[in-house]
Amino acid sequence: MSDLAGKPMAATRRTSRFDPYAFLSTYGTLIALALLVVFNIAFTRNFVTLQTLNVNLTQVCTIVIVGLGMTLVIGTGGIDLSVGSLMAIAGALAPIIFLNKLIPIGNIYAGVALGMILSIVVAGALGVFNGWLVARFRIQPIVATLVLFIAGRGIAQVMTNGNLQTFSTPQFQWIGLARPFGIPAQVIIMVVLVAIAAWVMRRTVFGRNILAVGGNERAAALAGVPVNLIKLAVYGISGLCAGLAGLIVIAINSSSDANLVGLGMELDAIAAVAVGGTALEGGRASILGTLLGALTIQLVRYTLLANGVPDAAAQVIKAAIIALAVWLQQQNRSR
Amino acid sequence: MNFPQTAAVGPLLDMRGIQKHFAGIAALSDASLSIAPGEVHALIGQNGAGKSTLIKVLTGYHRKDAGEVTFMGRPFHASSAHDAQRQGISTIYQEINLVPMRSVTENICLGREARRFGLLDWRAMHEEAERLLSRFSIRIDVRRPLGDFNTATQQMVAIARAIGFSARLVIMDEPTSSLDDREVEVLFNVIRQLKAEGVSVIFVSHKLDELYAVCDRVTVMRDGSTIRSAPMAEISKLELVSLMLGRAVGGLGGQATAFGRAADHVGDVLLEARGLAAPQGARDVTFDVRRGEVVGFAGLLGAGRTETARVVFGADRARAGSMRFDGQRYSAERPADAIRAGLGFVTEDRKAEGIVPDMSVAENLTLALLPRLSRNGIVDEARQRELVERFIRDLGIRCSGPNQKVRELSGGNQQKVLLARWLAMSPKLLILDEPTRGIDVGAKAEIQALIRELAEQGLAVLMISSELEEVLGGANRIFVLREGRSVAELEGAAATEETVMAAMAHGEQETEVEA
Repeated sequence: MSDLAGKPMAATRRTSRFDPYAFLSTYGTLIALALLVVFNIAFTRNFVTLQTLNVNLTQVCTIVIVGLGMTLVIGTGGIDLSVGSLMAIAGALAPIIFLNKLIPIGNIYAGVALGMILSIVVAGALGVFNGWLVARFRIQPIVATLVLFIAGRGIAQVMTNGNLQTFSTPQFQWIGLARPFGIPAQVIIMVVLVAIAAWVMRRTVFGRNILAVGGNERAAALAGVPVNLIKLAVYGISGLCAGLAGLIVIAINSSSDANLVGLGMELDAIAAVAVGGTALEGGRASILGTLLGALTIQLVRYTLLANGVPDAAAQVIKAAIIALAVWLQQQNRSR
Repeated sequence: MNFPQTAAVGPLLDMRGIQKHFAGIAALSDASLSIAPGEVHALIGQNGAGKSTLIKVLTGYHRKDAGEVTFMGRPFHASSAHDAQRQGISTIYQEINLVPMRSVTENICLGREARRFGLLDWRAMHEEAERLLSRFSIRIDVRRPLGDFNTATQQMVAIARAIGFSARLVIMDEPTSSLDDREVEVLFNVIRQLKAEGVSVIFVSHKLDELYAVCDRVTVMRDGSTIRSAPMAEISKLELVSLMLGRAVGGLGGQATAFGRAADHVGDVLLEARGLAAPQGARDVTFDVRRGEVVGFAGLLGAGRTETARVVFGADRARAGSMRFDGQRYSAERPADAIRAGLGFVTEDRKAEGIVPDMSVAENLTLALLPRLSRNGIVDEARQRELVERFIRDLGIRCSGPNQKVRELSGGNQQKVLLARWLAMSPKLLILDEPTRGIDVGAKAEIQALIRELAEQGLAVLMISSELEEVLGGANRIFVLREGRSVAELEGAAATEETVMAAMAHGEQETEVEA
């Protein structure tokens, strides 16, 4: 009974009967999402259309993809502020390569393939650099990733001389514009990545080790878990995800502006993770939660815009939702 | 249950028929506790007996479902720990809940700062802190951060803080668990001082010897009820244990010596360490462990026992010395190296370095084994389940199932999970650092029996323990460490409480350890 004795007063509320706090913290995100959908069906014109669905899904993809990497990083007890800047770097590098600005590549397919792979790999390598700072020098993640948060966008601007790169390259832009079977390509990519990430967290040694590192790093190290390697890996994966998201953004826009690509993405991704129920102190990671969290945030934004609420106000409401989500988690934690 | 009052004066504290339920399950069904003024009162019971719940009811952390509490002759109710403190009941917890970064003064005066003209009056507070500490003959620079001082001193600060609130009753929850013998003696003097001043003390401890050294009365709890309350002098150690366990117990109390059965299952030397030095603590430690043997590390706190073990396991880098393991030169840069060689390490700090609290019993149990439980990085869930269920059964881990979160288990069961984590690896050498610290008597006996059994099956065990009884009763051979050096190797008839303590205190018998 010592497990019971250790619990504070709040536990007295907990009986076999309905507990609103536990219920809300488990299903809160889902309920919020459902309420938003119901609200929109009632009040937003042309909401129940395939186009609306596509618009929302297309826009949410990049948040989800970056959010996946962020979920893994947060699972280890870290955080990655550099994702937006890494998106900008990948977004700047890819066109440089496939527009033959660096070296002429005869075959456009080869150029695009090289551009995509290289830019994603570079973003991943910069992510590993983040992990290296965190693991090797024990720098606090928020500070370590602040380095590239600040420097990254500068690097992207230097790469492009601050110029807007525009292009019309269907061989590349399928990633943001193609509609196989009527489904946007990036939605397919997103779904596949969500499935892989959820599987990794549930079934693999790597997933288990992520949570062990976040749950008790010293215990994990003493049990032989390669803590530093795990950290390098999650920040690296976060970088890869950011790189891919950067490519999707520039493909949709047919242009790459180092000032704008991925701007504010770190906060959207963190918010998606938090709203999705992943504790920011590590040791837990809900991939599906992050998906729902991102959808909720996206739908809030859409609802407000579609009903004429300016974007600035939308930001405030978004913040309020995040605060609410974190508060609900605290309620569940304190028992 | 009613207990006759022997003293003429009424009790300081009287708790009767206390009940407390959590989620419909009774944590306290009929708990009583009566404390006389100036009395040192032992409160004992296994984990889960209801000691902590009873104390938390008293200090306002839990609200009681039924029962009466009177304090200083009046009905008593505290709405919070702070409220209880204001009314004269202070609690000092196992984990000292002070602020290590702030000064001693700030810690002592936290919550009742002296003010002058609306500003903090630092001089008055420093003086107050010094005055309180001097009552226990402690003279330290109260301006320095608390974290600079050792655990014992921090504990004194916690006590000084409690008394600063003019406490009439001080509750100490396992105050000696992180103290060495000398520090314990200092604490006991403080308790005697409190007693002389008419302050009552509730002393919660798992160490029976201590109770006899300092307590006047004892109350035994079991399964949420008060079983017996009696003067310390009228009740024997064995009686206490059998009351706590609710069954007759034999073999506890140090009679079970491993020395008699030493020869038959002890094999050749498995680990040999010479002149080992750690980044801190251990300076020159030489010892060896044979297959099928339990080697005990005895020593005072800070003697370098844990530090030596950490070097052997690769948790810290060796500064000097050499090791051979299983016939080969051996060194470990990181725990993974040691694990590969066939070592396991159950840490002394279960919470900070052992369990991953939010993970399940199964996930905790297989944490080290995972690479072997998987194919191409994918966990073999079926094999995991089978293995976990086997260990839960074999070690008698009490949990609702493999998926229960390990944080919800009692200390003893958490420790069994950690033991299972390493046993699942089939190690050659298992290092156990304080394997029974802070767990109840029943689980303790089970774990000690398990260690013996494992050694008989050929496992080499290096056991660090601060309890003399445990080392003498459980080890085939004992190395005594003192101030970072191995100063004695004791075996057979040479290993007695006297010889071990003499070596701890004076570093005698140096001839026993060859250079």
